[in-house]
Amino acid sequence: MTSSMFFNVATIAYLISMIVFFAFLAGKNKSIGFAGSLIAYAGLAVHTLAIGLRWKESYDMGVGHAPMSNLYESIVFFAWTIVLLFAYIDLKYKYRIIGAFVIPFALLGMAWAQLGMNTGIEPLVPALQSNWLLYHVITCFLGYAAFAVACGISIMYLIKAALECNDSSAQAGGLMSMFPPLKVLDDLNYRAIMIGFPLLTLGIITGAAWANYAWGTYWSWDPKETWSLIVWFVYAAFLHARFTRGWVGKRAAWLSVIGFAATIFCYLGVNLFLSGLHSYGGGAK
Amino acid sequence: MATTERSFVETVWDFFCSLKLTLFLLISLALTSIIGTVLPQGQLPPEYVAQISPTKLQIYTKLGFFDMYHSWWFISLLYIFSLNLISCSIKRLPHVFKFVSEPTLVLTESARNAYSLRREISVSGPTEKCRESLAAFLGAEFSSPVVTEHNGELHLFSQKSAWSRLGVYVVHLSILVIFVGAIIGSLSGYKGFVSIVEGTSINTVEGRNGNQIPLGFEVLCEKFSVDFYATGAPKEFRSILTVLENGKPVPGYSQVKVIVNHPLTYKGITFYQSSYGQASEGSEHYITVTPRSGGAPEKIAVHEGAAVTLSDGTMVKLLEATQEVRQFAPGFSGPAARIEVTRKGATPQTFIIFKDFPEMNAQRGDALIFGYDGTNARMYTGLQVAKDPGVWVVWLGCTLMVIGLYIAFFMSHKRIWLIISKGHARIYGNASKNQAAFEMQFDTIAEKFQQLKI
Repeated sequence: MTSSMFFNVATIAYLISMIVFFAFLAGKNKSIGFAGSLIAYAGLAVHTLAIGLRWKESYDMGVGHAPMSNLYESIVFFAWTIVLLFAYIDLKYKYRIIGAFVIPFALLGMAWAQLGMNTGIEPLVPALQSNWLLYHVITCFLGYAAFAVACGISIMYLIKAALECNDSSAQAGGLMSMFPPLKVLDDLNYRAIMIGFPLLTLGIITGAAWANYAWGTYWSWDPKETWSLIVWFVYAAFLHARFTRGWVGKRAAWLSVIGFAATIFCYLGVNLFLSGLHSYGGGAK
Repeated sequence: MATTERSFVETVWDFFCSLKLTLFLLISLALTSIIGTVLPQGQLPPEYVAQISPTKLQIYTKLGFFDMYHSWWFISLLYIFSLNLISCSIKRLPHVFKFVSEPTLVLTESARNAYSLRREISVSGPTEKCRESLAAFLGAEFSSPVVTEHNGELHLFSQKSAWSRLGVYVVHLSILVIFVGAIIGSLSGYKGFVSIVEGTSINTVEGRNGNQIPLGFEVLCEKFSVDFYATGAPKEFRSILTVLENGKPVPGYSQVKVIVNHPLTYKGITFYQSSYGQASEGSEHYITVTPRSGGAPEKIAVHEGAAVTLSDGTMVKLLEATQEVRQFAPGFSGPAARIEVTRKGATPQTFIIFKDFPEMNAQRGDALIFGYDGTNARMYTGLQVAKDPGVWVVWLGCTLMVIGLYIAFFMSHKRIWLIISKGHARIYGNASKNQAAFEMQFDTIAEKFQQLKI
């Protein structure tokens, strides 16, 4: 399959992009940062092509369906949405250095998918044969990706806050000068969650609508459903906490990291440790 | 006395209005919800009961951990959450309405200093002329202003999407609407299950707690079938159902195909394809035995687990039969049976015979060729049954929530003031959210403003 080869190319592009971003962090050379972004975009383009090809290949095999039906395909799509959102933030807010903390998430996902998982295209089992699959998966993963970006930004915030607190004068000129100001990081964190929260809400709603259409219950407190609601509660708390004093900055950054940890548990932990309706086929080899 | 009472009421009111309570509830709901994802819910599996200590089991049961989402304390949390939502909205909505209906037409000195977005030009024409041209300018660039005269100054006020301040309250309302939908569903709806054997009909379904619920009509299962992919994975479970009223098929509800993700709804009751199986009780399986040397084939009928003796004394026992052999014999498909054949004076032999692969049956090279002809066993279809009159209220709530979130996050109340005083005119701007995006819009307007020659 050619799509598999393109996925490998995208993975390598993300690896190089990450290394270049690290070099940017250390060397503070603007053209290196530009190169990091360019390589990430090239990876994104190849990645997009690969997803399209895999879609086409499934039709060639006679089991045509959108490539979002099992753990492998979902991870690949997740990585794609993360890089897509990075591109959006890079182009809109011009804080390229965020790539050093966001691209690693995409790389981690792609590397795990390409190296540790069964990449075969499988036909859809009856439960997944619905257009809702597409709406549900796209909204959920765009939301997850926004939370991943928010988490990366929050980690930057926490590092910068900790270093500035320890030794303001010596560090200020060093590594930290590349980081956007704390206020900007805090604001970007909020903005990323502002994108993620409505998308997660849409993801939960489309999931409920689908469940109602397939089983006659829009909500059955299945572990996956419950965890998505837990994630929703955490980010709802984050949004409300911003209106009271003292919950911006560090606390907000921690809440964002906790929120993303809950997101990852909702996505992977539930399948690995708990049982439920979302048992995506055989993931690991 | 009266004052303490009042202050008590006020304390309670303030408690339910507080954002701290909201945060406490959101975090409590998140944390307690984890319990139900770790512990089994509803009917406990016997293996679980066997491995947990009796005291733990007792404590967990007392605390409602095994049905925690319906436990008194979880429901209480949800009620307090609703009260919190309602109180907050009652407290803050009047302010927001006032803000929208009675906008700040006149910008005081202190407010002027608070806004970072501002520009100034000098004007030389008469005030009346300035007023006209600047009002026209604002109307063309932003939105038509309201003009107020105050302390010898003219205040031109214009705004956009003032109602976007209501977005948050739309989201809050939507949560309550969803709760109402869920309550309607649990009070006047039900969930059930029914299995129907091919060719038979039912008029009741089994509720969650084992009770029989009459449907008021009959559902007949005409046929059930399963398709498989070449890999052996299931492709489609298909029931052909007919709704009967007084024993007669209802027009439009005859021979309806019901598959997973394509349910059948009649009179508010929906049937979802859920499981299937073979109603094997008392069914016969047919086997044809043909001598390889030629001669008349012998047809036998046998029950699963039973044996039949052929005319030559050979004993044939049917061990098991299946309608789809793929998972047991890779490379083959369709109905098949596993039989044990004991020829007179020989040891028993066990093998599989197929319905769709006669050449495989012949390949065995024995003096007798066995072929499987199928069974008169019928399939049954398992259907989830649901009646939920509240579901449309839930969808209404969801729609409201999406609209509300969009307004709350992506729209903002934008205001521009233009103050004309002797010799100069100043412009001020403010947005309720996303100040950065508004700044760009303001800058464009302000630039044109500074080009004005009045």
